[in-house]
Amino acid sequence: MAGRVLLIEDEPNIIEAIRFILSRDGWHVDVHSIGETAVAAVHERAPDVLVLDVMLPGRSGYDILADLRADKVTEKLPVLMLTARGQKADRDMAMRAGADRFMTKPFANEDVLAAVRDLASA
Amino acid sequence: MLTFNLLLLVCLAYVAFLFAVAFLAEKRAERGQGSWLRSPMVYTLSLSIYCTAWTFYGAVGNAARNGLEFVTIYLGPTLVMIGWWALLRKLVRIGRAQRITSIADLISSRYGKSTALGVIVTVMAVVGTTPYIALQLQSVTLSFAVFAGNDATGGGWDPSDLNFSALWVAAGLAVFTLLFGTRSIDANERHHGVVMAIALEAIVKLVALLAVGIFVVWGVAGGPGAMLDLIDTAPVGAWELRPGRWVGLMFLSAAAFLTLPRMFQVMVVENSDERHLATASWAFPLYLMLISLFVLPIAVTGLAHLPGDANPDLFVLTVPLAFDQDILAMLSFLGGFSSATSMVIVAAIALSTMVSNHIVLPVWLNSQQGGAALSGDVRGVLLLSRRVSICVILALGYIYFRLSGAGAALAAIGLVSFTGVAQVLPAMLGGLFWRGATRVGAIAGLVVGFSIWGWTLFLPSFGEGSVIPATVLAEGPFGVGWLRPHALFGIDGIDRVVHAVLWSMVLNTGVFVFTSFLTFPQPLERLQGAAFVQVFRRSAGPRGWADNRAETEDLLVMAQRIIGAAEAQALFSRAAEAQGKGGYLPDATPAFLETLERQLAGSVGAATAHAMLGQITGGSSLSVEELMRVADETAQIMEYSSRLEAQSAELGRTAGQLREANEKLTALSIQKDAFLSQISHELRTPMTSIRAFSEILRDSGALEEGERTKYSSIIHGEAQRLTRLLDDLLDLSVLENGQVTLNLAEVRLADILDRAEAAALSGDASLVVRRDAAIADAVLTTDPDRLAQVFINLISNAQKYCDGSAPELTIAIRFADASMTLDFIDNGTGIPRESQAMIFEKFSRLSDHRAAGGAGLGLAICREVMARLGGRIAYLPGQGGAAFRVTIPLGLAQVA
Repeated sequence: MAGRVLLIEDEPNIIEAIRFILSRDGWHVDVHSIGETAVAAVHERAPDVLVLDVMLPGRSGYDILADLRADKVTEKLPVLMLTARGQKADRDMAMRAGADRFMTKPFANEDVLAAVRDLASA
Repeated sequence: MLTFNLLLLVCLAYVAFLFAVAFLAEKRAERGQGSWLRSPMVYTLSLSIYCTAWTFYGAVGNAARNGLEFVTIYLGPTLVMIGWWALLRKLVRIGRAQRITSIADLISSRYGKSTALGVIVTVMAVVGTTPYIALQLQSVTLSFAVFAGNDATGGGWDPSDLNFSALWVAAGLAVFTLLFGTRSIDANERHHGVVMAIALEAIVKLVALLAVGIFVVWGVAGGPGAMLDLIDTAPVGAWELRPGRWVGLMFLSAAAFLTLPRMFQVMVVENSDERHLATASWAFPLYLMLISLFVLPIAVTGLAHLPGDANPDLFVLTVPLAFDQDILAMLSFLGGFSSATSMVIVAAIALSTMVSNHIVLPVWLNSQQGGAALSGDVRGVLLLSRRVSICVILALGYIYFRLSGAGAALAAIGLVSFTGVAQVLPAMLGGLFWRGATRVGAIAGLVVGFSIWGWTLFLPSFGEGSVIPATVLAEGPFGVGWLRPHALFGIDGIDRVVHAVLWSMVLNTGVFVFTSFLTFPQPLERLQGAAFVQVFRRSAGPRGWADNRAETEDLLVMAQRIIGAAEAQALFSRAAEAQGKGGYLPDATPAFLETLERQLAGSVGAATAHAMLGQITGGSSLSVEELMRVADETAQIMEYSSRLEAQSAELGRTAGQLREANEKLTALSIQKDAFLSQISHELRTPMTSIRAFSEILRDSGALEEGERTKYSSIIHGEAQRLTRLLDDLLDLSVLENGQVTLNLAEVRLADILDRAEAAALSGDASLVVRRDAAIADAVLTTDPDRLAQVFINLISNAQKYCDGSAPELTIAIRFADASMTLDFIDNGTGIPRESQAMIFEKFSRLSDHRAAGGAGLGLAICREVMARLGGRIAYLPGQGGAAFRVTIPLGLAQVA
């Protein structure tokens, strides 16, 4: 039941890790690293699940998510948010912005995988 | 025979006794006891200061010279007292309603608080009273001389003895007056102790005269019948009656009774109850009748039994002495002494009040420019000015006594004085009964009357040729005959006193009335005029302004200004409702005015509130005392508000400091949160990779060797990145907290740059570094390791971020006095203007350069290091590429 995942993230090593984890499970992983063009990338790739980092060059993950939720095409797109800022305020902001899941870095690989699976099947 | 020393002793004892009486009365009054102090009888007796030494000694002298004419001096006041309902009642009522403090205050107040009038009347009163005081000194001195002359041990006095004793009498009276006249400043100017003492002296006077009279009638003549026979045979009965002089003197004494400062003092100012007038209206004429009863018998006895050259003015004293009645003579002496002292004391008090209130205080208040009008100051100035005035007034009396040669007959001096003060009468009566009287009219009348008096009576009184040359008296000034002092306008041949009274009063009144018709009163004059003329209408019933709507509106306007619009309107509408009316304008009933005054007093003080209400309702106007209280309160309020202001400024400052501190704390807290958040991010990012790849290595058995190696080196690299980050953080923390130890050494700049280049580039030749040739010679004293740390940062930044096609870093050097500047300029696109300000902040790594690694602490560390090394680092804009200028002191002597 593997599908397409779009990963929006700018740290090369983290991209490498997540790509490895999801690919091994059979997911097709696309990567985009620039905040400003992220929304366009989502429309173009039309993923099943979006994995979204918060701190991106150019534009924050919260803003990108807000745009996606305001658009009819992407308003129901399952989104997993990742952030290196582990405070409760960051989690609240992510949930308010419309994230389906929220994970703090560093994460356990199997948790990311499970979250993506859940989001895709929901 | 009485010895002079015994007399002196008795005299002193008597004064001491008066002292005690005055003192006790004052104490009682202070404690609010002694209602008898304010009884109608005390009031009546105090009026007897009208009967001075002139009356006591002079009446007999007058009778011996002019027959029954002396009676006129008593008839005038008697008529005034009998007609008290018409005039005195009004005067006393106004005096109380307006809180009048003196005759000058009355005139000034009536004519719109005119300062000029106050000064004129005060000057007139002082000048007019001076001869009178001299008269008292003279009579006391003469009576002393009589005893000294009869002293068994010595002969008569020569003139220097007279002058000497007059000086002592004047000084003694000054002391007594100072002690009881200026002990306190009472708003009502009442002196219970003094009044009590003069009431007592009144009794002594009366008893003494009656005793001498009884002695001459029954002891010498042998009964009333024999006395009447003696009078018939004496030359006294034969003297012609001069109707003109009689009418003139009666008018004069009536006028003086009303206008003499001392009479005004006891009659109006010291009056505590208007009803006392009713008692005095019969009791005082009775007193006058009793005191004049034996004047004629004593006079004829003296003429019959004493040598022809005996001074008739001293018969009261010399007749008992001639019959060896020592005790009686002593009593008589005390009577005369009482007459003189009581007059001088009260006159001095009244005059000093006028001088200080109308001359000294206005001048002083003016000189203070309205500042510092604090209560203590005003009181101090008032007391001092009164004390000085008393001394000056008595000194003037003494000087007049010396100048006039102590020769003129007592009665003549008294009449001079009477005529002078009587000049106030037209302005006074006009003020009481005629609303058309104006200030200008009053001033004109007073000046004219006073001038004529001075010319025709006062100046000549110094004696022929002393002030006015004899030729002027005989032929007029510059030979102008119709200006002769004793024959104005060529009318000659009438009695000098009558001549002076006639001309001065007629012209005074004429000019006063005429000028009043020509001029218009000012608003305050009109107000005061109405208040004076209609004093009875005002104080009866609901005060006459019960339904004056405009006035209530004025009150509302004023109240709004003082207590605020909302509160004032609420107060007025409540009052209107209570009166059964709607709206905001209640009737100005006394009850409402009282409420309003209380309300206003809470804001501006009682005196100010009273004065303000008084001005609007026209019921009263400001007196000097009220003004002083207003000034006092205003000063207090101003002081209070300036204290409040200071406090609120202080509070404001504190609040500002608190706000600043709070802002700083808030900023610090935000900074701390941001910093923690950044740290968290910077730590978690490498840890994420480390954890993810270590889990992959652990969980995935089937990994290619290449993959395994790659992931291991990622973990290794990220671990190093973490270590660097922690090192930088610790370094920065140490630098920021100032716990840095510098290892100073003299080094060549080129050596440090070499080290830095090697460390930053570590063999990578992609960045070309060019140096100025001058760098080779530069030597400086600094911490080489720290400086190298800065250079490493700058060079590796250029290596990482310079985006030129052939990256190049130029290092230029320039020397200044005690420092050198090194510019590190690369050939990339540089740092955008909006970012230049923040690159030295922690974690300010520009986001699009993230891939280059580093936590964004490098430049922050450089800035701290340079500060420690006594130099600085700044971004140098406008150089094409990124440019940093490092300023380094050549010799770092002192280390922080």
